[in-house]
Formats: sequence, structure tokens, C-alpha cells
Amino acid sequence: MLEALSAFFAQYGDLLWQETIDTLIMVTVTTVFAYVLGLPLGVLLNITRPDGIWPHKGFNSVVGWITNLGRSLPFLILMILLLDFTKLLVGTKIGVLGAIPPLIISATPFVARMVETSLAEVDSGVQEAAQSMGATVPQIVFKVLLPEAMPSLMLGGSISMVTILAYTAIAGVIGAGGLGDLAIRYGYNRKVASMMWASVIILVIMVQIIQSVFSLLSRKIDKRIRL
Amino acid sequence: MIKIQGLTKAYPVKGGGTFTAIEGIDLTVHDGDIFGIIGMSGAGKSTLVRCINLLEQPTQGSIQIDGIEVTAARGKDLLALRRKIGMVFQKFNLLMQRTILDNVALPLEIAGVDRAARETRAKELLELVGLGDQGSKYPAQLSGGQQQRVSIARALANHPSLILCDEPTSALDSLTTNSILKLLRDINRQLGVTIIIITHEISVVEKICNRVAVIDSSVIVEQGDVADIMAHPQEEITKKLLGEVSWDA
Repeated sequence: MLEALSAFFAQYGDLLWQETIDTLIMVTVTTVFAYVLGLPLGVLLNITRPDGIWPHKGFNSVVGWITNLGRSLPFLILMILLLDFTKLLVGTKIGVLGAIPPLIISATPFVARMVETSLAEVDSGVQEAAQSMGATVPQIVFKVLLPEAMPSLMLGGSISMVTILAYTAIAGVIGAGGLGDLAIRYGYNRKVASMMWASVIILVIMVQIIQSVFSLLSRKIDKRIRL
Repeated sequence: MIKIQGLTKAYPVKGGGTFTAIEGIDLTVHDGDIFGIIGMSGAGKSTLVRCINLLEQPTQGSIQIDGIEVTAARGKDLLALRRKIGMVFQKFNLLMQRTILDNVALPLEIAGVDRAARETRAKELLELVGLGDQGSKYPAQLSGGQQQRVSIARALANHPSLILCDEPTSALDSLTTNSILKLLRDINRQLGVTIIIITHEISVVEKICNRVAVIDSSVIVEQGDVADIMAHPQEEITKKLLGEVSWDA
């Protein structure tokens, strides 16, 4: 057993390591960009609702519609649809770099909805209190909405990250690199079952780590819990 | 002095038509009053008080505070108006992720007061409401009565001349209710702040108000000095709220 394992790692260890790093790069870069774009979008979706602090019905409908459009396309289809755009943007359709633009475009509306949902949990009475103090809309967003929603935003972050991780595995289908790519090329095409299992195990561990870290953070910062 | 004349608020209803929450309200609140507005659930009292700081935009009528019409205030003027009116809510509406001290300092932060000055003021206010040693705690660590004290301190932060209280004791037990009412009365006496207090409990009016208006089905049915109204209630609804039950009816 041990011999078999060491033989496996001698043959595939470097490759597994490399693809794990690639997956981590794709997940991290995508998460960062998806939040840079998705967080303001989610805030806008929340505050422009009819009962929000800055109601703009038309704007809300249009942005909501675009967000839904982005979310209704399966990631695989979106990726293929965007191939030429990706090439234009980053100069390649494949590899880690080629996977990142469609990942960001697909994850952004997802993140926006996650953020919107987290902000919706903030008690409307607290927002009204801030309004009664003469707070401006940006003041309510930055001093009330975002800080009050932070524990929930953290949990949403873990869900977004795990979803993005799943997307990177799908991106493997068109040669994006990463563990999904590995599982397909070796595990499926070359029938190296051990490679399939190794990829899957690493993915499962990643999900567990992401989930635990964010849950811990969320609990740690949440002051609603009595000490 | 707050002078309200012909104040009406109607909401559009889904599928056409309107719902009139308050209609033709005339009220005068003098400086230093503790003015009670009493009525049953759904009578329109919450809408009325929310019109005063324009959390609700009235459909018609006028509200003058110290001779200045406020219903037309927009933008910066509206924010400046609200910063000068404190508000206390039934459910306290404290920020759960902020310390008590930072909750009290929030109105000052919003008004652009620097950190040192707002901390000094917040500490002073926490002393005033009897929570001087609780500043570093979070709302979830306090009892309901303590949370309401924090929210009263918060309402006082910007040195308002008027505080609006929307059912401030309805979420509290009777003992805590008394201590909160006493605090409001003390503040009224010490600082000369005018208080408008919304309630459905006649005991609240009895204990701290000097003047009262009774609101029923969107209109004010009677108003005057508390002693007069209590001694000689004219309207059926007032008698009901006073707890006079005519069992024969």
C-alpha cells in the first residue's frame, strides 16, 4: 500500500501539486474580482428595491434582469460562448488565464445575489433609525448595511468560493488547467483511476477548508451571540 | 412649538385606490411638552409621528417647527432637520455589530463630529441614562430595558430639541416600563427636550404626559390637557382606552 502510494506520488506528485496551485489561483483571482464587481452590484440591487433606502424601480428591474441573465446560462455554455471575447481580452482561450474571464463573468451575478440576500437580512428598523438620524444613502450603506450584514456576507463568501471552485472544475473540460482538467485528462481520457480519486480528494479537502475558515470567521465577528 | 395643520397621508393600494392612514390632523405641541398620542393599533399614530421627521412624506397639510415649514425640506435641509430630531423605537433598533458606545455615537458620526468629541459626548450620555460602565458591551449583552436606555441616549446625541418616541415601552415589562418613563420624564425636566410619545396604553399617558391627543380611524377625535381628558372623556374611543367598560352594551 505504502509502496503503491509513493510510486503514485513519484509519478504524479509534481503534476498534482501544479494543478492544485492552478486551481487555487483561479479560485482566488476569480473570487477577488467577482467581489470587486459583485459587491457594489449587490448593494445597488438591495438599496434600489421598492422598500430599500434608495428606491429606483426601473434601475432595479434592469440590473436584476441582467443579473438573472448572467445566472441563467450554465457555466459551460457561457464559457464556450465567450471564447472569442476571452481571447480578445487576455490573448488566450485556454489555460488558467483563459479560464479566468468567463469565471469572473459567471461568478459576478452569483456574488451580487448572495450580497443582496445578506443585506436583506439587516433589520429594516435599524435602517430606519439611521434615516431618522439624517444619514445619507452612502452613510447607511457603509456604516449600517455592510457592517451589520458582515457575518452573513462571510458565510455567503464561502458559498461563492465553493461555487467558483466547482466552476473551475467544469472549466477543465475545455482545457482550463487545474484539478478538474486533471481529472478529465488523466482520470477520464487515460483511465488512470487513481488520478481521478486524487483530484477529487484534494477538491473535497479544499471545500472543507474554505467552509470551516469562513464559518469560523463569521462566528468570531458576530456580536449578536451572547458571550 | 410644533404646529401641524390638515396633515393627511394616503398610500396608493395595489390594484388602484388609496389607503388613508391619517386625515386632516391638527395638532399643536408646545416647547417642553410631553405630548401623548394614543390610539389603537392601525389608528394611524405611527404614520403621524413618522411624518414629523419626514420618514413618511405627507400627502397634504403642513408641519411647522418653530415657525418653519418642514414638509417641503429636501436633500441637505431634510438631513439637517432629521439630525435635530431624536427618535426612539419600540424595538430599540440598535446596531447589533456595534458597541453600546459606538451606537450612541452614531448620530454624531453621521453629522461629521470628530472621534474624540463624539466619544466624550457618548460617554456623558451613557452616564445620564445610567449605563456609564456598559459602553464596551454589545446590544445582545444587555436587557431590553437597558437597550432602550441606549437608544434614548442615542436620540439625545445631537442635542435635539424634540424627541419622537414610537411605542417606546411596548416591548418591555411593567417594571422596566416605569423606569424608562421616569428616564424620559427626567430628560424632559433636566434638558427641556420636548417629547412626543406614541402609545396604545393609557397608563403611559397618565404617568408622564401633560397633553394628549386621541387618534381613531385616521383622525384626531379629541385633544387637550391630560387631566381634563382623563376626568371628562368625551369620545367613546377615549372611554374605551381609559378602560371604562359598559357591560350592558
